[in-house]
Amino acid sequence: MLSGAALSLGDLGQDLVAVPLSAFPQKLDDSRFTVEARFYQKIENKRIKCKLCPRECTVGDRERGYCGVRENRGGTYYTLVHSRLCAAHVDPIEKKPFFHYLPGTMAFSLATAGCNVNCKFCQNWDISQVRPEQVPANYAPPRSVADLARQYHCPTIAYTYSEPVVFSEYLMDAADAGHEAGIRSVVVSNGYMQADALKAAYGKMDAVKIDLKAFSESYYRDVVVGELKPVLNALVTLRKMGKWTEIVYLVVPTLNDSDAEFRGLVRWIKTNLGVDVPVHFAQFHPEYLLKNLPITPVPTLERAKAIADAEGLHYVYIGNVPGHPAENTYCPKCRRMLVERVGLTARQMLIRKNACPFCQQPIPGVWHA
Amino acid sequence: MDQTSDTSRRDFLKKCVMGTAVLRTAKLPLLGMAGQESTPGKSKVVIANDAQLRGAKTTVDSSRIASLLDRAMQSLFDLDDPIEPWKKLVRAGQRVGVKVNALGGRGLSSNVQLVEAICERLQEAGIRGNDTVIWDRDTEELERAGFHVATAGNRVQCFGSDRLGYEERLATYGSVGSRLSKILTQRSDVLINVPVLKDHDGAGVTIALKNMYGVIHNPNKYHPNGCNPYIADVNMLPEIRSKMRLTICDATTASYEGGPGYKPQYSWKNDGLIISQDPVALDYIGWQIIERKRAEKGLKTLEGVGRSPAYIATAADAGHRLGMNDPRRIATVEV
Ligand code: SF4
Repeated sequence: MLSGAALSLGDLGQDLVAVPLSAFPQKLDDSRFTVEARFYQKIENKRIKCKLCPRECTVGDRERGYCGVRENRGGTYYTLVHSRLCAAHVDPIEKKPFFHYLPGTMAFSLATAGCNVNCKFCQNWDISQVRPEQVPANYAPPRSVADLARQYHCPTIAYTYSEPVVFSEYLMDAADAGHEAGIRSVVVSNGYMQADALKAAYGKMDAVKIDLKAFSESYYRDVVVGELKPVLNALVTLRKMGKWTEIVYLVVPTLNDSDAEFRGLVRWIKTNLGVDVPVHFAQFHPEYLLKNLPITPVPTLERAKAIADAEGLHYVYIGNVPGHPAENTYCPKCRRMLVERVGLTARQMLIRKNACPFCQQPIPGVWHA
Repeated sequence: MDQTSDTSRRDFLKKCVMGTAVLRTAKLPLLGMAGQESTPGKSKVVIANDAQLRGAKTTVDSSRIASLLDRAMQSLFDLDDPIEPWKKLVRAGQRVGVKVNALGGRGLSSNVQLVEAICERLQEAGIRGNDTVIWDRDTEELERAGFHVATAGNRVQCFGSDRLGYEERLATYGSVGSRLSKILTQRSDVLINVPVLKDHDGAGVTIALKNMYGVIHNPNKYHPNGCNPYIADVNMLPEIRSKMRLTICDATTASYEGGPGYKPQYSWKNDGLIISQDPVALDYIGWQIIERKRAEKGLKTLEGVGRSPAYIATAADAGHRLGMNDPRRIATVEV
C-alpha cells in the first residue's frame, strides 16, 4: 500500500478542509472539483466520445465513463477530480520507482480517485477502483500543490498511486504551477492513453514511468482489462518526445513470467526504445483480486534480469526485493557500482557530470537538480 | 390512507412519522386469473396494465397504481387478499430495502406513487416504517426523481448509498469484485427490486438484473462487452442473491431506444407493471416488450443494432442459474 511519509489530508494547508466522515456524511460541494474535460468530442443526442484513453467511452447524458471520474452533463463532459486530492505523501523518488532521476530526493506524491483499467493485482485499488465520492477528498488547487511541494522540500511533484491518465487536466495545471515555482513534475502511469492527449499532458512532465504490465494482449485483456498495443505506442511516442522514461514490469507468477515473454519484451524495448531505458522487474505481492498466487520468487526475477542483460539492456533492476544487488546502478562499461540503493534509499551516488567517474562512460538520466 | 384521494407522498410520509397512517386494505377482485395458476417448473411473470392509470392527468394516479399493484401481486401469488402476498415475502421485524432506479430523473425513474404503494403494503404486512429503506446509488438522484429524502424518525427511510457508504470488504463472483452498499448489507434483510423498463445503449435493455449495478461501488467497470457476463456475476454475489425476493418492474413509462437516460422521443406510456420472483424471466419478457415497441416504431431489433441483451442467457446458464430465459419455461399472465 502507500508508504513513505503520509500526510494527513488535514495538514494540506488552511484552505484544505478535511472531509468529515460520519455515518451520514453530507454530500460535498462538487462544483469546485468539476472542470470541463479537455479531450472529448460531442456527438448526437447529448452524448460524448472521450478521447483521453484508447477505451474511447461513448457516454450518455448523466453517465460516466469506465474510469468513473468523468461525467456527461447535458452533452458537456467534465472531469470530477480536478484539484480533488485523495492521497498525498512525501516519498523517496526511488519508490516510484525512478532510479535515474534525481536519486536521493523526495517527491511530493499525489493522487485522485479513479483508473482507466482494472488490474486484478492493484495495490491501491481502494482509491483507483472507486468513484471520487467514495473516498475522502480535499481541495488542492494547482498552486497549493506547488506550495506544498516546496514546503516539504520536494524538488518534484509525482502524479501516482491511482492512474494519472484520468486526472490529466489536474496534472497539466499542477505541472504548470509547479514549473512556475521551480518544481518539476513526474508521472507514474500505465501509458494507456491516446497519442494527442499523451503529447499534451505528458509533454508537461519532466520524466515518465510506465507500467508495462505484460507483453501479451491476452494478459492485458484478462488481467488488466486494457490493451498492450496503445501502451507500446505511448512508449515510442515518449521516446520521440525525448522524455526521460523508465519502465516497470510487475512479474506475476504463472501469468507473465515465461522466458519467451521476457525475451519478447526486452527485444521490443531494445529495437524501439534502445538499450539505455531502465527496466525494473518488480516482485508481485498478492492483492485485490489476485490473492491466489504466491509472491514472485526472487529466482524468477533474476531469470528475467538475466535474459534482459543477455539481450544487451544496460540498466536492468529488480524491484520490491530490498537489499538485492540488482537495486544498484552499475556502469555498463567498467561494471563498477555507481549508485548504491537499499530499499528505497539511495545510499551513495557516484555519477559525476552524467558519467561514470571511473571510465567516463555517459550514464543516461537526470542525476543532478 | 385514503386511496381514492390523491394523497400526496409528503402526507403519506408525515403519517408514517406520526405512526397514524391508517392503511385501508380493501380486498380487490382478481381480474383475469381464471385458468392462470402458476405452472410447476415454470417461472411466472405477471404483466398488469391499466389504460386508465393516469385518468385525465399526465401523471400516474396513486390509487389506481396501488390497485394495479394489488392485482398483479394477487395474481403472482394466486391469492385473493392484497396483503397476503406480502406476508409471503416478509415477516414482521425484518428490514426491507426497496431498490429503485432513479437514474432517469422524473421522466424515467421508478414511479414514486408505485413505491409508496409498495411501502404501504409492506407496512400492512407488519414491516415498521423505519425498517423500510427506499434507495438507490445517490441521494441527489433520488430527489431529482421525485423521492422525498428521509434519514430519521419512524417514517419510511429514503436515501442513497452515498450516505451510508460501501463495505470495505470486496464481494467477488466470477469476473466481478465490488464493494456492496451498506444499505444492502446493514439495512436490508430482504430486497425488493423496483427497476424501470428501459433500453440500454450497452446492455441492450436494463430491467431487473441490471438494476443491481446500483448496489455495487464500481458499476462503471462492468459495461464492456454489453455488460456480459458482469450483470449475471453481480447478481450472483451472495448478499444480493440471498436477499432478493421480488422484482416489481415499473413499466408505466418505458423506453425503447436512447436509454438508459430519459429521451421523451423514445419513451412511451405503457401504463403497466411486470412482476416476478424470477428476474431472468422478467428481463426476458421485458426485452420482448421493448422489441415489439421497436418493431412498431420501425426500428431494427436490438440484435440488428448489435446490442442484443446476451447477459440474460448468461444469467440463466449453468454457471449462474438465476432464472429462466426459455420462453417455454416462462408462464406469462396478463391481468
Ligand atoms: S479516460 Fe475514462 S472516460 Fe475517457 S475513454 Fe478512458 S476510461 Fe473512458
